[in-house]
Amino acid sequence: MESDSISLVIHLSLLLLSPPLFLGIIAKTKAFFGGRQGPPLFQPYYDLVKLMKKGFVYSRSSSWVLRLAPILILTSILFSGLLLPLGHEAPLHFEGDLILFAYLLGLARFFTILAAMDVGSSFEGMGASREATFGALSELSFFLGLIVLAIMTHSSSLTGLTGLLSEKGPYSPCHPSVLLLFVTFILILLTENSRMPIDDPNTHLELTMIHEVMILDYSGPDLGIILYGASLKLFLMMVLAVSVLFPQTHGIQATGWLFLKLVGLAIGIGVIESINARLRLIKIPQILIANFVIAAFALAVTLLKGGF
Amino acid sequence: MNVYFSSLVLLLVSAALSRLIHHESRKRLIGCGGVVLGSLLGLYPSLMTLMAGSFELRVLPSPIPGLSATFGVDALSAFFLVAIFGLSAATGVYSFGYLKNQPRLLQTLPFFPLLVAAMAAVVMARDGFLFLVCWEIMSLASFFLVTTEHEIKEVRVAGWIYLVATHLATSFLMVFFILLSQKSGSFDLLFLFAVIGFGTKAGIFPFHVWLPQAHPAAPSAISALMSGAMIKTGIYGILRVIPLLGPPPLWWGGLLMVMGILSAVLGALYSLMQQDLKRLLAYSSVENIGIITMGVGLGLMGMTRHDLIVTSLGFGGALFHVWNHTILKGALFLGTGVVVHATHTRMIDRLGGLLKRLPVTGTMFLIASLALCGLPPLNGFVSEWIIYRGLLAGTQWPIDRFFAIAGILGIALAGGLILASFTKVIGVSFLGEPRHEVPNKGIGELHEGSLYLFLPLVFLVTIGLLIGIFPKFIWSPIRTIVQDLDPSLIGMPPELISLSLIGRIFAGFLALSGALLLFYRIFIRQKNNRRAVTWDCGYSAPSPRMQYSSSSFAEPLSIFFRSILRPQTLLKKPSGIFPQTASFAEDVEDLALQRFFRPLFGAFARSLGLFRKMQRGTIQAYLAMIFIALIALLVWEVWFGI
Repeated sequence: MESDSISLVIHLSLLLLSPPLFLGIIAKTKAFFGGRQGPPLFQPYYDLVKLMKKGFVYSRSSSWVLRLAPILILTSILFSGLLLPLGHEAPLHFEGDLILFAYLLGLARFFTILAAMDVGSSFEGMGASREATFGALSELSFFLGLIVLAIMTHSSSLTGLTGLLSEKGPYSPCHPSVLLLFVTFILILLTENSRMPIDDPNTHLELTMIHEVMILDYSGPDLGIILYGASLKLFLMMVLAVSVLFPQTHGIQATGWLFLKLVGLAIGIGVIESINARLRLIKIPQILIANFVIAAFALAVTLLKGGF
Repeated sequence: MNVYFSSLVLLLVSAALSRLIHHESRKRLIGCGGVVLGSLLGLYPSLMTLMAGSFELRVLPSPIPGLSATFGVDALSAFFLVAIFGLSAATGVYSFGYLKNQPRLLQTLPFFPLLVAAMAAVVMARDGFLFLVCWEIMSLASFFLVTTEHEIKEVRVAGWIYLVATHLATSFLMVFFILLSQKSGSFDLLFLFAVIGFGTKAGIFPFHVWLPQAHPAAPSAISALMSGAMIKTGIYGILRVIPLLGPPPLWWGGLLMVMGILSAVLGALYSLMQQDLKRLLAYSSVENIGIITMGVGLGLMGMTRHDLIVTSLGFGGALFHVWNHTILKGALFLGTGVVVHATHTRMIDRLGGLLKRLPVTGTMFLIASLALCGLPPLNGFVSEWIIYRGLLAGTQWPIDRFFAIAGILGIALAGGLILASFTKVIGVSFLGEPRHEVPNKGIGELHEGSLYLFLPLVFLVTIGLLIGIFPKFIWSPIRTIVQDLDPSLIGMPPELISLSLIGRIFAGFLALSGALLLFYRIFIRQKNNRRAVTWDCGYSAPSPRMQYSSSSFAEPLSIFFRSILRPQTLLKKPSGIFPQTASFAEDVEDLALQRFFRPLFGAFARSLGLFRKMQRGTIQAYLAMIFIALIALLVWEVWFGI
């Protein structure tokens, strides 16, 4: 149907073209807090174009894993994006697709870690080890959050979880478990996308090594693809978080509102990053456990308060 | 039915002939070739039975009056037969290449076809006594195969642990069958005995302790066969007795769920902590058996609630995962065998950079581990997804939803930990730079083994890939089996249309990555393409020893879980003004072994100390004691009746 193909085009263009913009918004917000003017809003796009024109440098220790990883990571995150609805049904949806969503992100993590180990350096090894640890622990909260959403919306598809299957919204945003879930997903977003206070996205030092250190040996278009993939992952997590607080509805207008809410959330992330210092590495598992407890509280409230 | 019997006969003949022939290459040919031919001969009718859903029964004349010897193959048996025969054929080809110029390992070759025949017979046996006889033959044949290299002390110890564990299991099974035939004893007790007996063979926590000992000790092809096929007979046993025990109360399913969750999480956790390649894979088998057990437990809970969807998803997912694990774990162990064959070591920390020297094996190992972590676009994901769907449906139940929620979290955590574990293995042993010189061989001389060694590997991984893209073909026969398992299910198990969508998504994923890679290669990569040393922050002499080792990779998680793992550390700190030596060693011992079995067996040993005085050490005394015990039992049976 015509509206289907139009909505597909809108979905794809929003998915493919807008993620770097949110990186720019976050950077502008942080600059504002720092009293600077900051880079232009579209700087990430300029960076990507610049990187695409450069050449490659490959480590002598590496094998085909390092060469194939960027494309595989990008493909997994792209397919996760195809599963996520943006104001209308996702291009790919079926009951139980939330598991595929989570595991596609897991596939991206697998290859990120492997490519990091491929270069035979202790820096990347450090990042790989930490990524594996925090990934395993944050999966728990992520799945618990998704379970609570599934119980609340009586659906096991992302299309239903984000609220598109019910007419007037599956739940009211003032329900306490919704707020707890929102906090859960924000913390997961910060962990998975290497934002403060978990990890500093701006530096590549030993102190701040989780995600940024794993990409030390990428160069040129490979680095561009990795950065783009990271922005795409951030975009997906942001959509998920926003949809918890404001369940999506159908229509192009809804997509527009979603975009504005995402801008608001990006500014919010910029604020969080500016007012928080990076945590000591020992404290990060504690944050992840606290996140799990918050999600467990959300579960308890959902089950006990009822109404679902 | 005749074809099955002829395959068994062929296997037995090959076992006997390989025992009698002493010429090395002929022995190898007869032994391994017999396994391959016998397995292929049995594979064909199993596939036919599975697709047609038929049922055949045959009663053989039995040597013991009053006890029948009934063999039968229905859809459930055929399902497991395909797994057993398929993996045996692959390991047969592999062994043919592996055993070349290894006269020491050829000594136990006769037990190889015997093991395959025994496993197939276990799955085909239809009455209790026959089942137990075949079960015992299977256990003994595998014991002799595990202790092939019995001149190594570790192997002997592992063999003893395995022997004790499997005989304890068999004794529980004997009690189970006796009680079942008498129709006495509550069904609860019967279920418990079945779970303990079959669970030990399957490797469910806490009865799994023999697995990580026996698998590293055995030769690689045997580890593959044991991990891929033999432990599945435990799962087969549990599934087979479920219809016999009547409608299950809720705690049966709940118990299996809890044991499954513990096996999955603890198996993955211990797998992460291992530095021995094969022990790591053995614990990973424990993890996957945990997932399968969770599926079976979920199915049982579905049966209690008369929920058709959950029952079929639970049992169906468990069965699907049986096949997936057989294929993938078999591939992983065969790949490990190639690595061990080439580098003469099983320690991950002595390896490194193997992907460039063993490209085919390394790539297949990588794909198989990807699948075993349950990641798309491969077959491991599909079976886990089916179980997840069952669990998600279970979250809508009123009270038992907590089992379902715990189940989902359990699989998620186990998945995360096993991802860490496999990235550790691949990252440390296959990627990066070599860490040590290979003894007796320069690193540069490593090369792929013969064709026989990696063809089965490629074959198994390809099957895994195909199953991932066409999962409907596997689900259709599984529906028939689930229907047989619980005849009270009204209606047919769901068709799961989403499976074909998943298959197409996976195909699309592979197509898109391939297209992007091609585009990338042709248009973008032609620019200047330099090779340089890894970025080293300006250090003047980066060395391979600066890379992360397997224990350092697992260190953050080991600290996080230290209350469960209780690692024992041996630390020798540098002392003095010019410290010469310092060392650090960390060891993680299995919790069940440490806390449950060692104290238990220690208490037994102490309480039986008085009997130790009766030990004479001469074989005549022992034979006399056995004879007296048998006569006494016979008298008791005849006079007092049982």
